[in-house]
Amino acid sequence: MEFETTDQDLITLYTICDQFTDKIIERGQLIPILQQIQEKIGYIPKEAIVKVSEVLSISQAAVYGVATFYNQFRFVPPGKYPIKVCLGTACHVKGADIILENFERKLGIKEGETTQNREFSVERVACVGCCALAPVALVGEQVYGHMAPSKVEGIFTQIEVKKQIEHKQTPNSEN
Amino acid sequence: MSNDPIYTTYNQIVEQSLQHQNGIQNIPKIHLGLSTCGIAAGALETKAAFEASLQEYQVNVYLHTVGCMGHCYAEPYVIIDHPESGFPPVFYHNVTPGKANMLVQRFLLENDPCFEHVYGATVENELIPSVYEFSRFHRERRLVMKHCGQIDPENIHEYIAAGGYAALAKALHMDAKTIIQEIQHSGLRGRGGAGFPTGKKWQIASESQAADKIVICNADEGDPGAYMDRTLLESNPHQVLEGIAICAIAVGAKRAIIYIRSEYPLAIKTLTLAIAQAKSLGLLGSAILNTSCQVEIEIFQGSGAFVCGEETALIQSIEGFRGMPQHRPPYPVSKGLFNHPTVINNVKTLATVPLIIEHGADWFKQTGTPNTPGTAIFSVVGSVVHPGLVEVEMGISLRELIFTVCGGIPGKKQFKAVQIGGPSGGCLPDAYLDTPIDFDSLTQAGAMMGSGGMVVIDETSCVVDVTRFFLDFTQKESCGKCTFCRIGTRHLLDILKRITVGNGEESDIGLLESLSIDVKQGSLCGLGKTAANPVITSLRYFRSEYEAHIVDKQCPGKTCRPLIAYYIDLEKCARGCDACVGCCPTNAVFTTRTRKKGIDLQLCVKCGECMAACPPEYNAVRKVSPPHLAPVIERPPDTDTNLSH
Repeated sequence: MEFETTDQDLITLYTICDQFTDKIIERGQLIPILQQIQEKIGYIPKEAIVKVSEVLSISQAAVYGVATFYNQFRFVPPGKYPIKVCLGTACHVKGADIILENFERKLGIKEGETTQNREFSVERVACVGCCALAPVALVGEQVYGHMAPSKVEGIFTQIEVKKQIEHKQTPNSEN
Repeated sequence: MSNDPIYTTYNQIVEQSLQHQNGIQNIPKIHLGLSTCGIAAGALETKAAFEASLQEYQVNVYLHTVGCMGHCYAEPYVIIDHPESGFPPVFYHNVTPGKANMLVQRFLLENDPCFEHVYGATVENELIPSVYEFSRFHRERRLVMKHCGQIDPENIHEYIAAGGYAALAKALHMDAKTIIQEIQHSGLRGRGGAGFPTGKKWQIASESQAADKIVICNADEGDPGAYMDRTLLESNPHQVLEGIAICAIAVGAKRAIIYIRSEYPLAIKTLTLAIAQAKSLGLLGSAILNTSCQVEIEIFQGSGAFVCGEETALIQSIEGFRGMPQHRPPYPVSKGLFNHPTVINNVKTLATVPLIIEHGADWFKQTGTPNTPGTAIFSVVGSVVHPGLVEVEMGISLRELIFTVCGGIPGKKQFKAVQIGGPSGGCLPDAYLDTPIDFDSLTQAGAMMGSGGMVVIDETSCVVDVTRFFLDFTQKESCGKCTFCRIGTRHLLDILKRITVGNGEESDIGLLESLSIDVKQGSLCGLGKTAANPVITSLRYFRSEYEAHIVDKQCPGKTCRPLIAYYIDLEKCARGCDACVGCCPTNAVFTTRTRKKGIDLQLCVKCGECMAACPPEYNAVRKVSPPHLAPVIERPPDTDTNLSH
């Protein structure tokens, strides 16, 4: 699925990279720069690879090679509600793959993908560190412990309700 | 000693720290664990409830946020210290916002500790049984994690008031050689998994004549089931910083880097704050305790690659390359980061250093076994009653750790296996439960201390499936440098996948065995060398499970979904009960002509929700393996109309 980089994201990208122009940047800064881009934009847009390779005077292949090597970097924008399913050891033993499957089925996307409307994304993460609550899923920062397939439905209902409340609270700003 | 300039400076700092504590000595305190695991369990909501409640009733209480004690099963927990009530400090577990509100009203205002919610007192007394009567508490031996969950990690004064940085002051009086001798004499072995003698590593680095040396604290904890490094950094970052500073002084390094996973945002935040605080008090930075010693600590955020736990890959990653391991020698201690001699130690190793310097090597050697002195920290998860972090003396048996300390298996299930050391470790059956825990015994049994992750597996889990899980992980994390690791793990995984879906062939076991050995021998770094360990040990101890999957197409643990089926026992199913209908995510449950339920095996995804939902008095849902054992119940053609009338 292709996503166009928004103008807003491009501006952010150029602002980050502008800090480094006219300076000699060591190769060691590559990962910190990519981390900064991902932190501000939420993912690494394809324009970032070009821009970073210019800043560091290294090939685009080198930048892309490093960026794809590390799990942290993603190349599709995260959804507004990023769903992360913990697939650490403890969660796996308690059936986390079934939970992941339920999210995938419900949204019609596979792990690592984002829905076309950029509302939801699903990804697997390795150990959130609350093994006593296994299996665990996160929506944004909110942790849902002791997950069950039937709770997946509940999470979506909860998000829907939250959206409606937000919608009710902000009609004035739109008018 | 009072004229000594280092101690004069140090004592001034201690004085200052004690003063910070003075103001809160005589008021009741609520200690609330607030680390990643606590927050996940809802500690922030509990904290907000306490704050609101304290505000509402105008109670003067010090709400003390602390780190994590490692008692994950009890999160979120609080300890309320209310001396005026006449009760000792009390430990409450699973404190929900509602419970928090109640504790403020009843305990803090009316002096009633709510006995029905008490877990135990934290000190011996005559009124309330102490938590130390539980083996989860008294069988632990807390040396490294002593202050975790006792002090506020965001306040350096609490660590100093508890005796922190005394070892640093002592180390500044010793010459580098003596420090290294002391560490060597203590027999401390690297806690990162391999167990290399720490003192020896320091010795080699200190002998180098290079001007710039670097110390790296390896906090790239990648095992998907271990989180002790994170807990240490979140709950008591200063102990690690103190260890780093001592190491740097001993080997003659001025620069130290903490390589930490970016997935640990709270630990990064806590560490950043801790470094700034230590610097402002002159405990780190350019003139430590007014001496000429200089140690600058910086943080480098790793980007989530398991292989970067390997030291040469870690160095590559800091230098801005793909984290691929390099040939050794030269070892990083002689030629490491940017070609400077580099000492790389694990978080737990460095956190142990201040204890050895402060109390002496002989004191340290009193705990543990002669070959592996000290304690081990495990994160015990899976099928145990009391999961969480446990610090135990080296040398205690696995049986004691699992059954006594962690409370054994919940329910009436049978123990099947314990997986130690994460993706690099192995599965041990009950015959090996009396194996003492130390580097050598575990390696001999085929497992490995590794990261310290420990997963307890009961009879309802499948060893082949767990092995597949770990292979899936290592296959994804293989950096791709060595052919045997890159392609070998892929094939191991493919074979295991095929076995778990019921397509295994009899020759597969032999293939797995020979390929495992090839991967082990043909790989450069620890990841590849140990990747096949889960396969090797599970084949050694659980061959019959593999055979059941391959020959009988049956999963003994009833876990591998293609090999199981759910059906509803019509004898037990209650007429008109709809409990399992609503919970089915795929509408596979239908109503039969007799108004009982049946499962459409074509639609069923085998999630087990119906089994969980079926009321215990009926207990009608059955799980069988192999799937053809499930009786076929025809779906009536007009199910929908049946449902609506």
